[in-house]
Amino acid sequence: MRGIIAAGVHVPHHRLDRSEIAALFGKGGGRGTRSVASYDEDTTTMGAEAARNALRNAGDVTVDSLWFATSTPAYLEKTNATAIHAALRLAPSVGALDMGGALRSGIGTLRTALTGLGTILVVSSDIRDGMATSSDEAAGGDGAAALLVGDDTAGTVIAEYVGSGVATDEILERWRIPGAPRSRVWEERFGEVAYAPLIQEAFAAALADAGISTDDVDHLALTGMHSRAVQRNRARLGVATDKIVDDLAGTVGNTGTAHCALMLASALEAAGPNEVIMLVVLADGVEAVVLRTTEAIVDHDVSSTVSAQIAAGGSVSYGKYLSWRQMVAVEPPNRPAPNRPSASAAHRRGAWKFGFVGTRDRSSQMIHLPPARVSEKGGAVDDMEPVALADTEGTIASFTVDKLVYSPSPPVVFAVVDFDGGGRAPLELTDVAAHEVEVGQRVEPTFRRLYTSDEIHNYFWKARPVRSADPTRED
Amino acid sequence: MGSRGIKDQVAIIGVGCTPFAEHWDSSLDDLIIDGAQATYASAGVTQDDIDAFWFGTSQSAASGLAMGGPLKIHGKPITRVENYCATGSEAMRQAAYAVASGAYDLAMTLGAEKVKDGGYQGLNAFPIPTDGTQRTLTAAAMFSLILPAYAAKYSIDEDDLRYAVAKIAEKNHYNGARNPLAQFRRETSAEQICRMAAVAGRLSVFDCAGVADGAAGAIMCRAEDAHKYCDDPLYIKALSCVAGTGAGSLDPDYDYTTLNESKWAADDAYSQAGVTDPRTEIAMAEVHDCFTPTELVLMEDLGFSDRGEAYRDVLDGAFALDGRLPVNTDGGLKSFGHPVGASGLRMLYEVWLQLRGAAPDDRKITAGDRTLGLTHNLGGYPGEMVSFVGIYGTELG
Repeated sequence: MRGIIAAGVHVPHHRLDRSEIAALFGKGGGRGTRSVASYDEDTTTMGAEAARNALRNAGDVTVDSLWFATSTPAYLEKTNATAIHAALRLAPSVGALDMGGALRSGIGTLRTALTGLGTILVVSSDIRDGMATSSDEAAGGDGAAALLVGDDTAGTVIAEYVGSGVATDEILERWRIPGAPRSRVWEERFGEVAYAPLIQEAFAAALADAGISTDDVDHLALTGMHSRAVQRNRARLGVATDKIVDDLAGTVGNTGTAHCALMLASALEAAGPNEVIMLVVLADGVEAVVLRTTEAIVDHDVSSTVSAQIAAGGSVSYGKYLSWRQMVAVEPPNRPAPNRPSASAAHRRGAWKFGFVGTRDRSSQMIHLPPARVSEKGGAVDDMEPVALADTEGTIASFTVDKLVYSPSPPVVFAVVDFDGGGRAPLELTDVAAHEVEVGQRVEPTFRRLYTSDEIHNYFWKARPVRSADPTRED
Repeated sequence: MGSRGIKDQVAIIGVGCTPFAEHWDSSLDDLIIDGAQATYASAGVTQDDIDAFWFGTSQSAASGLAMGGPLKIHGKPITRVENYCATGSEAMRQAAYAVASGAYDLAMTLGAEKVKDGGYQGLNAFPIPTDGTQRTLTAAAMFSLILPAYAAKYSIDEDDLRYAVAKIAEKNHYNGARNPLAQFRRETSAEQICRMAAVAGRLSVFDCAGVADGAAGAIMCRAEDAHKYCDDPLYIKALSCVAGTGAGSLDPDYDYTTLNESKWAADDAYSQAGVTDPRTEIAMAEVHDCFTPTELVLMEDLGFSDRGEAYRDVLDGAFALDGRLPVNTDGGLKSFGHPVGASGLRMLYEVWLQLRGAAPDDRKITAGDRTLGLTHNLGGYPGEMVSFVGIYGTELG
């Protein structure tokens, strides 16, 4: 049996209330909220966070390869999956590939993993922008999802792959040239009509491949950037409305490449055993995948569920959103921008920089962050063992707010964090409002992009509050 | 093994200091020349009389060439010294030890910094290639960590503590207003400072040292030769430097209410000088008030106040010009300004004036029978700094 072993998602902390768009421009926006990647997040960091959640939910499973799909990669030419690989502290023998570019790569990568070999961590991530007041801006959402795909010999399968269907077509319906600030779309009606037969074809092919009928579908996750084609054609598939998986449009928005995996993660959290989940994705044709949950899903614990992450969000103002997306240029602090990190120095310290791995002195047990060769206590030399703290919570010992220092989004909120079980690190805080920080607060590490200098993205770890489902306002 | 010091082996026979200011019309070379000339004049010697030079600058230049070139020093050793904001004191320490060793008869130390050509307010560190994971906070933000920690440890209301440190700035501005060389010569009140916008934690711009260009220097000889040059020299009683390990950002036991390296340097210096009760033996002190909370905790680390009591002593005026132990009588970094490499020697300049009764009348302390002055200079941040303490006296023995 082959299928999904675990899922994990990352819904960014920030939510934009769509009504703020029309309040400023007199048009655009709509009801509800969309998720917003913070200024220190990109598709790579969000993918890393989703993947961390997936591996947490998977238990002890050995990954063979990591495949990363996005239409908004942080780098071209350079592989982005290797940064996620490093953040997950995967072994060098584990592969890491970018599958990105097209929106279709999300579902395509998943289907390829399900029909392929080995244990594959399929990570998809997108940041969905558009010009101010555009429907892409309002309907889009930022987020990432990770699915661990493999055989039941490698881990416990919670949803078995039972079939798929494909209808490929060359359609100029939505496109973007590399580097362009927005996507372009053809007249809406064209796509709506063009997708209609493709959906039917792929849906029927998938049912046939799985050996099931329409009535057997318990959860239908239908998605695509062409929302009109999705809505108009959904009813024509004959699946009862109570079996339609919520597309999260009212809270998260459409996360593009990541959205089918996000919806699948959401469906898995709601599903009982032996239920059929069908993914149907519109993107230059249609791909459909059929899964059936197993008995194992009953005892499958999920930390940081989709619904919990949605509930824990805090709002971001439209002005800040526009500045984060560089749609509006805001005066920076009059301080020098940081230097680019050194490639060789970063490479030497990859375990620390990407994996948040320090060292523990074997004789004194003192934890050193960053890693050290000589112990602060006792002075033992080269008697350290690595200690990974990315999944360890800590407590704020002291904090400050720096309005003078350079930051892509001032001010910098900064804390001295004492980790449970030992170890201290001064870390920037993120996903937090300055006024809600206090000594004694609980925080956890999160993988972020500190800044970009000379077109080099400087990745490292920050700390964020450990949140239960308590919405907060920040600006 | 031991830190024995060089008590009474070396005499300071002249100290000079330029005005500290935004010297838009002066280059580093100009500052070096002006600082050197003031120092030669103070000692009554010429450049040719000096046998060796130690040049302190943190970020303005590199190597001894930076001093030898503008001053046209021919055929003499010149060493550039750098130790963060304690650079000036460290340059002096090297020169003093060279004299004490017998290697040279007359040694000069000069500190200079040209910070105002950078185009940004504040100080900006020289960029060394790194892995990109280093903290990038301003020094103001790093030192602002002291206030909430101190308030919590000693159960002091944070607003009351904030007012107390503003009183430190008020005092230093009062003193600086009486100093013709100081960058800021206007008095201000704690109330005014408390009303200003916070820029780093609770700190406002007026809780931060002035950033200025300037130079200061000193000339020294063996103690037995002092009276060949000078009727009223200062004798070096102690020079101590402690560099930390950065333990504060590593060790959860560090609580941000003390500057350990400063405490250790003070303990060492008192031991070298034979000082057992600094509160009654030290006549005045120049300390590194880079930010107002720094001076607060230094009063405890230097033994001028009991732990948790500096806040009350500050409010009681213990460190004012007419207090029991005047501190930063020249206005300190806060008001005199902070040209990094020069600051440690600027502190010595004020000790030179005060202990010898040469300070202007409107800021002259009443030393009574006390004959010792202290300078404290640091570089770095709470929990990770280099720290220097020097003690000087007018009497041998």
